[in-house]
Amino acid sequence: MKTTRLIIVAVGGQGNLLASKVLGEAALISGVPVRMSEIHGMAQRGGVVESAIVFGDAASSIISDNEADILLGFEPSETLRALNRCSKNTKVITNTATLPPFTVSIGKGVYPDVDNIKKLLSDKCSSLVAIDAMKLAKQAGSPMSVNIVLLGALVQSGSIGFTKENVIKAIKSRTKKSFLDKNLEAFELGYQAAENYKQ
Amino acid sequence: MHKLLNDTPGEKIMLLGNEAIARGAIEAGVAFATTYPGTPSSEISLNLFQMSQESDLYFEYSTNEKVALEVAAAAANSGLRTFCMMKHVGLNVAADPLMTLAYVGVTGGMVILSADDPFMFSSQNEQDNRYYAKFGNLPMLEPSSVPEAKEMIKYAFELSEQLSQPVLLRTTTRINHSNAFVTFGDIKQRQTSGKFIREPFRCVTVPAVSRQLHVKVLEKMEKAQAIGETSELNMVEGSGKFGIITNGVSFHYAQDAVKDLGIENDTKILRLGFSNPMPSKLIKDFLKGCEKVMVIEEGEPFMEEAVKAFAQEEGVMIPIKGKSSELFSRLYEYDPAMVREKTALFFEIDYTPSQKLENSDVPDIPMRPPNLCSGCSHRATFYEVKEAGKDMDIICPTDIGCYTLGFLPPLNMGDFVICMGSSVSSACGFGEATDQKVVSFVGDSTFFHSGITGLVNAVFNNHNFTLVILENDTTAMTGHQPHPGVDMERLGLEGYGRVNIEELVKTLGVKHVSVIKPFKVKKSIAVIKEALEYKGVSVIISQEPCILYARSLKLFKPRAFKVTDRCVDHRDCINTIACPSFFIEDEKVKIDADTCVGCAVCAQICPENAITPLKK
Repeated sequence: MKTTRLIIVAVGGQGNLLASKVLGEAALISGVPVRMSEIHGMAQRGGVVESAIVFGDAASSIISDNEADILLGFEPSETLRALNRCSKNTKVITNTATLPPFTVSIGKGVYPDVDNIKKLLSDKCSSLVAIDAMKLAKQAGSPMSVNIVLLGALVQSGSIGFTKENVIKAIKSRTKKSFLDKNLEAFELGYQAAENYKQ
Repeated sequence: MHKLLNDTPGEKIMLLGNEAIARGAIEAGVAFATTYPGTPSSEISLNLFQMSQESDLYFEYSTNEKVALEVAAAAANSGLRTFCMMKHVGLNVAADPLMTLAYVGVTGGMVILSADDPFMFSSQNEQDNRYYAKFGNLPMLEPSSVPEAKEMIKYAFELSEQLSQPVLLRTTTRINHSNAFVTFGDIKQRQTSGKFIREPFRCVTVPAVSRQLHVKVLEKMEKAQAIGETSELNMVEGSGKFGIITNGVSFHYAQDAVKDLGIENDTKILRLGFSNPMPSKLIKDFLKGCEKVMVIEEGEPFMEEAVKAFAQEEGVMIPIKGKSSELFSRLYEYDPAMVREKTALFFEIDYTPSQKLENSDVPDIPMRPPNLCSGCSHRATFYEVKEAGKDMDIICPTDIGCYTLGFLPPLNMGDFVICMGSSVSSACGFGEATDQKVVSFVGDSTFFHSGITGLVNAVFNNHNFTLVILENDTTAMTGHQPHPGVDMERLGLEGYGRVNIEELVKTLGVKHVSVIKPFKVKKSIAVIKEALEYKGVSVIISQEPCILYARSLKLFKPRAFKVTDRCVDHRDCINTIACPSFFIEDEKVKIDADTCVGCAVCAQICPENAITPLKK
């Protein structure tokens, strides 16, 4: 089976680890072998959280620099920071809603221009889908659903090798019942946004 | 019911490595478990703690790793299956009992887990604890994957009982913090009531006894080696002239490298999962028929040096390489591309590494360093100590916990950290070796762990420093585990005692003890000033619960503040305390009402009184 290597980068609190678990569950339902590794040392204190998910036959559970097939970024500057994980063949999906680091918020650093981030990602990698996942999550009724919006975009555009239906099944089994309707709506909005995205 | 207690053999479930290890222990019928929390091991104990609340499993958070191991040693010598887990540096703390427990042995199966942290994702060093197995004469097992970790701990208990010897299970962060699907097995019935049978000539280690025990330990290790020679955990995969000897997660990188390079038909891999004592006969047989051998292991050349010694004994002259400037480093962790590249280099296989992107036009991306939380009481305490001591030349030894982050600007409170508890003892030394004022910081959990003995030393030797104990009612850094100062009834748990830090410190003989509430800024500064002026040992106890913990227990109701028009934009607030709820918009300081909890420290610092509660 073909190996697909997915890196997800996010800021602590954005729900990256839940997104990874949904994908793991979807892989199980789809009969795709999967291994995942995560680094979340000081996430609760505002740091970066990174998950590596390897689908298919490779035995390793981590992904080397330049070897991600797909990069899913929950925050644009973090997506750009993870460019060292990409090659010219990498598909990139990113949120465009920013969460400026504290240093920027207090005027001691400059946040890169988001249009420039998009241009760099698009020029260097094989494809880019950039959507405002926060806007869509709010539209679905829950700003907490940014992660599920981005999963929708990933499933539409990332060719991760399993169906939309199986991911929806995984969302149903992995997320809280009270959030289910909002999450399913968020997933659909992300899916459609990726479908309609023009580079 | 806790998901890891489900008696549903055959169920396939995605688990974190640490959850899989906890489940493996349950399947093995573990009856008694002890720990001191530390990343990357903490989720193992968290799950066992939770399960102990709904089963007859005995679990405790001990005050430190030495205590945890000694408590466990007694249970294991009362015939119970016993599990003691810790992070790698924790085993240093437990090294004293470890070395002699190996002489005494156990009557019930005992597994000691060391979670090593190559690359130091959350540790102060990257020591390779495989040497403890060798040093202490302990059989050692090392898993390569999450599902294997679950199975391996079960075998570790059996092996321990077979040898009457504790077994070291050594993991690395990439096992502890990886997720994979694991299949539940049968749960062995726990035997939770032990019986200690007196055997003074095994259990009382006076010199005459220990001289006999040392002989027995060596016999046990010979037996362990014989088992390891044919153990399925030491497996050879493939055949050919190229040999790879590997362990842990590196095994998978090696498997992928061999496949990616297309050298499956020329290569055999020996994966050592039972790696102390090293299976010399197996390794010697493996070397025969190889043209060259590469050893792939993160950390130190533990296997490599043994393999080279075995080759010498056999007169095998082939190249054997591992750590070198061209091949593998002793630093950090390995990754699949690195192993693929080095494999190609060593076995002289054509290979083009994956191409780097040209990234010179990528702008600087602002860093996202971890920060003390909005409303963290440590920030207030650091600010107040700084203010109180602004006319003094101060050295600030600090310790291990969230508050280590106080060393970052603009607080800059933290000058020396080497290990748990060192804030107190190093303050003794700095106070004697210099004329500078010494103010050290220690968290409550760390104080119980290993700060108390340093403070006793300070009283006895009449040292001169101020110790600030940051009493936030929990072990915050590792995920809010309890410690002896915690009110367990707050958590709905009965049957626990509680140690009062203020009373303890006074009882130890500290003459100048004061308590502050750090969110009362002016008053705290005045109290701290007085303590700093005291000649001798003074202790300040700064009492305020961890804000995340307080909010999770609903002990604290957030009430956001705002910056009013009185602000004249000198930005003293940002420049002195740098709370992450501040941001700048239209060149004005603002407060994010979603994250501000209302500690009101900034409001008390603002000379213009421009920060006020946000009216709902």
